[in-house]
Amino acid sequence: MGILDRHKVLEKNATLLLVCSLAVVTVGGIVEIAPLFYLENTIEEVEGVRPYSPLELAGRDIYLREGCYVCHSQMIRPMRDEVERYGHYSLAAESMYDHPFQWGSKRTGPDLARVGGRYSDEWHVDHLADPQSVVPESVMPKYAFLLDAVIEPGHIADLMSVNAMVGVPYTEEMIASAEADFTVQVDPFGDSDGLLERYPGAQVRNFDGQPQLTEMDALIAYMQMLGTLVDFSTFTPDASR
Amino acid sequence: MAKQPEKKKDVGTTGHQWDGIEELNNPLPRWWVWIFYATIVWGIWYTIAYPAWPMLQSATSGYLGYSTRAEVAADIAAVEQANAGLMDELAVADLATVPSNTALHSFAVNGGAAIFRANCSQCHGSGAAGGKGYPNLLDDDWLWGGSVEEIAYTVANGIRNEQSPDARWTEMPAFGDILSKEEIGQVVAHVRAISGQDADAALATAGETLFLDNCASCHGDAGEGSRDMGAPRLNDAIWLYGGDEAALTESVTMARFGVMPAWSDEHRSAGGLSAAEVAAVSLYVHQLGGGE
Ligand code: HEC
Ligand code: HEC
Ligand code: HEC
Repeated sequence: MGILDRHKVLEKNATLLLVCSLAVVTVGGIVEIAPLFYLENTIEEVEGVRPYSPLELAGRDIYLREGCYVCHSQMIRPMRDEVERYGHYSLAAESMYDHPFQWGSKRTGPDLARVGGRYSDEWHVDHLADPQSVVPESVMPKYAFLLDAVIEPGHIADLMSVNAMVGVPYTEEMIASAEADFTVQVDPFGDSDGLLERYPGAQVRNFDGQPQLTEMDALIAYMQMLGTLVDFSTFTPDASR
Repeated sequence: MAKQPEKKKDVGTTGHQWDGIEELNNPLPRWWVWIFYATIVWGIWYTIAYPAWPMLQSATSGYLGYSTRAEVAADIAAVEQANAGLMDELAVADLATVPSNTALHSFAVNGGAAIFRANCSQCHGSGAAGGKGYPNLLDDDWLWGGSVEEIAYTVANGIRNEQSPDARWTEMPAFGDILSKEEIGQVVAHVRAISGQDADAALATAGETLFLDNCASCHGDAGEGSRDMGAPRLNDAIWLYGGDEAALTESVTMARFGVMPAWSDEHRSAGGLSAAEVAAVSLYVHQLGGGE
């Protein structure tokens, strides 16, 4: 009986079959996934990409909580129609600090990878509160309650520590000043020098136009920075990737 | 009655037997086996031809040298080539003369319509009729100017944004801090009177001086508006934020601050429009009905 006839042993032992299938999948997995962690060309180095500021990170958390990813992707694929509609295709580096990434797989609404700067804050407030008020054809749900949901920065340092644990380079200084950075980003008259030094290019404004700091501020701060960190007038991606 | 399948040459059994039913050991169909072998060969060829095997520094790039990035660049270049320089021509054209160049104009207007749907309709409406705070682009009532050049300037630099240093920028003061409630009531009555709406005559007359002192520098003595100031015309029935008493009182008390992003890729390198695209969408807006 040759080796090829031995399959009977596997077929008759459910546990052995399970163990061997696991072994096969593991080898396949290691070969496919492990190199991505050490190959230099997996994530090219791109100037400008930085970890999220505390307020942006909180906004991102709200994006996850509300399941915006169910209808929106954040990944402009390298195809002509997508580049023409949304702008430069996404680079791996642009989502390197995303845990978990928001590439998504379904577009009920448009891709949001480069939505930053495309609209005004006022538009975002109107649109999130009642999408049909600005886009009558829209099927997006209303998120008006975000305007009333005041947020405190209490949990933000913990959130950053968790991100640091999985590899986001938040320094101790960043975590220590998390609460201050969080509140100063919505205060155009505050002292935001520290914030801007730690998070270059962070936008400082009262995003929702209300005196109190709400989830709407955080979400819009996140929307307005999406895809804006890389300066494509000076960066040319390597074509051989 | 079902026909008993004709028994072919003896293929033997696998030795499995349940309740007298035996499992025959028929060979797989030849065509299936050959396709199976072919997929294996094809699979090996594929990993040699295309990027695949991880090595120490990088993955093999494949002898075809394929890359998605190179492909998209080639796709875009091919379309640009197919437009035979029309885009280049648009990028540097004297915009005022384009409408008389039929071929270039119709190319621009068609392309501009697509650009408008993808980038502008969210604020200005899919038919460009606008909405509260977002001007109607179909009529001949312009805040900043309705010639092709003026429109192109507005589109490239936007209005009251932090993206372009050349954005159009003026700000109406919030008169809640400057005038009393009564005075605001009077000036609002005056605005209603000059725009042909019902207003308390006594209040309106009292508001006229207030208007000349506080508002005329931007909105004009008769409320005819000023494009240099981006100040809307107030003596007509077209409103950006509304002409009823509540909306007018809010406009005067809190002021308004309409923002439009800058669309030129000089100001938004990742998602902006090229000079030719700005020209195309401006020509599209210009021919919608109100172009000057
Ligand atoms: C049911 C699906 C759905 C969900 C959930 C959803 N959206 Fe949308 N979204 C849409 C659709 C459809 C559009 C396009 C029409 C429009 O502009 O409203 C859209 C448009 C947008 C746009 C404008 C994008 C552009 O470039 O035009 C933004 C920004 C946006 N959504 C943000 C969000 C955020 C933030 C959330 C979560 C709080 C969210 N959406 C949840 C369906 C959805
Ligand atoms: C975020 C919303 C938004 C988007 C997107 C937007 N606009 Fe605007 N646009 C505005 C606002 C608000 C104003 C009026 C600002 C003011 O009050 O002066 C305006 C004004 C204009 C004007 C000046 C009108 C006049 O009367 O002078 C033109 C022209 C224009 N937009 C064209 C466009 C085009 C073309 C696009 C797409 C490339 C576009 N807009 C995208 C919000 C937007
Ligand atoms: C510094 C110039 C300036 C002065 C002074 C000024 N305005 Fe304005 N006004 C503007 C501008 C600019 C806008 C458009 C704002 C926008 O589009 O966001 C505007 C908008 C308005 C609107 C909204 C128009 C509409 O179509 O909805 C009203 C009403 C108005 N002004 C009334 C007044 C009155 C009344 C006064 C005097 C008490 C006044 N303005 C003084 C510049 C000015």
